[in-house]
Amino acid sequence: MSQQRENQVNGNATQPILVVRNLKKYFPVTGGLLNRRIADVQAVDDISFSIQKGETLGIVGESGCGKSTTARLLIRLIEPDQGEVIYNGQLVGSPDGISVREMRRTTQIVFQDSYSSLNPRLPIEETIAFGPIVHGLPRAEARSRARDILAKVGLEPNLFIRRYPHMLSGGQRQRINIARALALEPSIVLLDEPVSAIDKSVEAQVLNLLSDLKTELQLTYIFISHDLNVVQYISDRVLVMYLGKIVELGPVEAIYKSPQHPYSKALLSAMPSMDPDNRIDSMPLSGDPPNPINPPSGCRFHTRCPHAEPVCGEKEPALEEGETRAGHFAACHMTNPDSGHSVYAWAGATDSAN
Amino acid sequence: MDRYSDTSSQIADAAEGRSIDVAQVAVQSRGYWATVFNRIRYDKVTIVCFVALLLIVLSAVFADVLSPADSYKTNMVKRLKPIGYPGFPLGSDELGRDVLTRLLHGGRLSLIMGITPVIYALAIGGTLGLFAGFIGGRVNMFIMRIIDIFYAFPSVLLAIAISGTLGAGIGNAIVSLTIVFIPPITRITESVTTQVRGLDYVEAARASGAGSFTIIRAQILSNVLGPVFIYATSLISVSIILASGLSFLGLGTEPPEPEWGLMLNTLRQSIYVRPWVATLPGVMIFLTSLSFNLLSDGLRSAMDVKM
Repeated sequence: MSQQRENQVNGNATQPILVVRNLKKYFPVTGGLLNRRIADVQAVDDISFSIQKGETLGIVGESGCGKSTTARLLIRLIEPDQGEVIYNGQLVGSPDGISVREMRRTTQIVFQDSYSSLNPRLPIEETIAFGPIVHGLPRAEARSRARDILAKVGLEPNLFIRRYPHMLSGGQRQRINIARALALEPSIVLLDEPVSAIDKSVEAQVLNLLSDLKTELQLTYIFISHDLNVVQYISDRVLVMYLGKIVELGPVEAIYKSPQHPYSKALLSAMPSMDPDNRIDSMPLSGDPPNPINPPSGCRFHTRCPHAEPVCGEKEPALEEGETRAGHFAACHMTNPDSGHSVYAWAGATDSAN
Repeated sequence: MDRYSDTSSQIADAAEGRSIDVAQVAVQSRGYWATVFNRIRYDKVTIVCFVALLLIVLSAVFADVLSPADSYKTNMVKRLKPIGYPGFPLGSDELGRDVLTRLLHGGRLSLIMGITPVIYALAIGGTLGLFAGFIGGRVNMFIMRIIDIFYAFPSVLLAIAISGTLGAGIGNAIVSLTIVFIPPITRITESVTTQVRGLDYVEAARASGAGSFTIIRAQILSNVLGPVFIYATSLISVSIILASGLSFLGLGTEPPEPEWGLMLNTLRQSIYVRPWVATLPGVMIFLTSLSFNLLSDGLRSAMDVKM
């Protein structure tokens, strides 16, 4: 499968809409008298994944694990230090691929904070029409598109088009943000915690809206959240991040039913369940995540891992596919029989699922 | 224009007996400036100040029509006459010139010297601050540290020093006042821009593919202009006082030009003879600068709309 990943850049029908390779971003920490670079925050450290057209990829992880940085790297709000992003077989930002500007028409982002993500001085119409106008659509056409899209996100255009953001509720604002992202008719939408800041009753409406829009407009979503229930509901595949690294990646049922990485297990065990029989009885995590300025050697999770052995502090585990589970990757020595870790347990290997 | 076209078409619909959505007409939402204007309508102090300023400006503009005498015509016989003396409604000065006439004409120079430096400083300092705030990093550091150097001097001393070096005259006084006002305006613009730049809607605009220039013009400027404009209004009052101060010291306007600060200076020696006449230019300076100050306060609270 890893070989297939290498070859995914050719133009066949199953070509992924987005391929991310070795993406890396270190934020410099400056200090001292001359403001020299004294250390790096390893926000996103060498991550690779791909997304198929029409898929929803959920990204989960603790605060500060690099989820949002990944989203901002994908849309180039932050310049990556290293790595490539390939959109539809075309390398972003290279002369023979597509330009960053072009990529920003096909990829759009919805931010978490619906209050600060709308300009208070612009009426809704202008906010939504801004992107299309920037990309050269005539004003009148951009405005009529804004109306169409408002209707699509469930807001009556005539009622809302001239309102200002302060006249809207949180849920309505988030709908406007979604409308703004859709105004450029993108094929990929990055949703950076889109429902974290709105209350539960509205959250369900917005999530349903997102699902409907996805089918209607054939969108591909990257859904970032720390709410595991929401991710389970909306995602096809899930990517678990810890301290700037991917620790596990796989289909949503596989990860929720039999998580392989101890971190995923801990994360999922912290997920509130309504069913007392369905509780996962594994240890909760203690302590805070280590400082990403000087992350632990080897496996970054070994300082908090209940199964840590000396090998974990020495060697960094690669993200490898499970032997019996196609498409389910984990970066843990315990899933690799040759790693030197005393335990080999690709948990659920006997599971008949899949 | 198209803002109202919908309403009118709805009214046309109603006239023709077609059903219209009532809510639709009701939510012809008020824009930001309309909200601000509506708030000011209920603020009596601000309205009074605005009217007072309007009168002062109009009287300065139409000084030629309004004034009873010639502002330069001296009359050695009728020197230092009290308020209400026949032919001199507000008395006469030490050279027998009509004080009312000179106050009306003096308003012209005082207002010009109050407003022009602020406008120039707004253009220069505003641009600098916008750049410093938007670009950030080293550029910000470079611009703001230079501004800090100017900040180190008390504004009065700096104005006097620059004026003194350049020599007396209206032009030089305006240059020196502009230099005095650039640092505070740059700083305000920079801090507001820095605040706005980090907000998600600027990021979203960038993610829409907009360039820096478009982002500044369409997204940032409208949010920065308000607070900076309010601050500039309050600077006008400072500018009028400083300009009068320069004239008082002989660094601004030169005699026999009528100007409030200069009049205050020349009438100073007659304060024991005609105290009321001698205070009149001071009263005008006071009223004008107070009005600008209160107007700026009123604007500030009216523009503090929770958005």
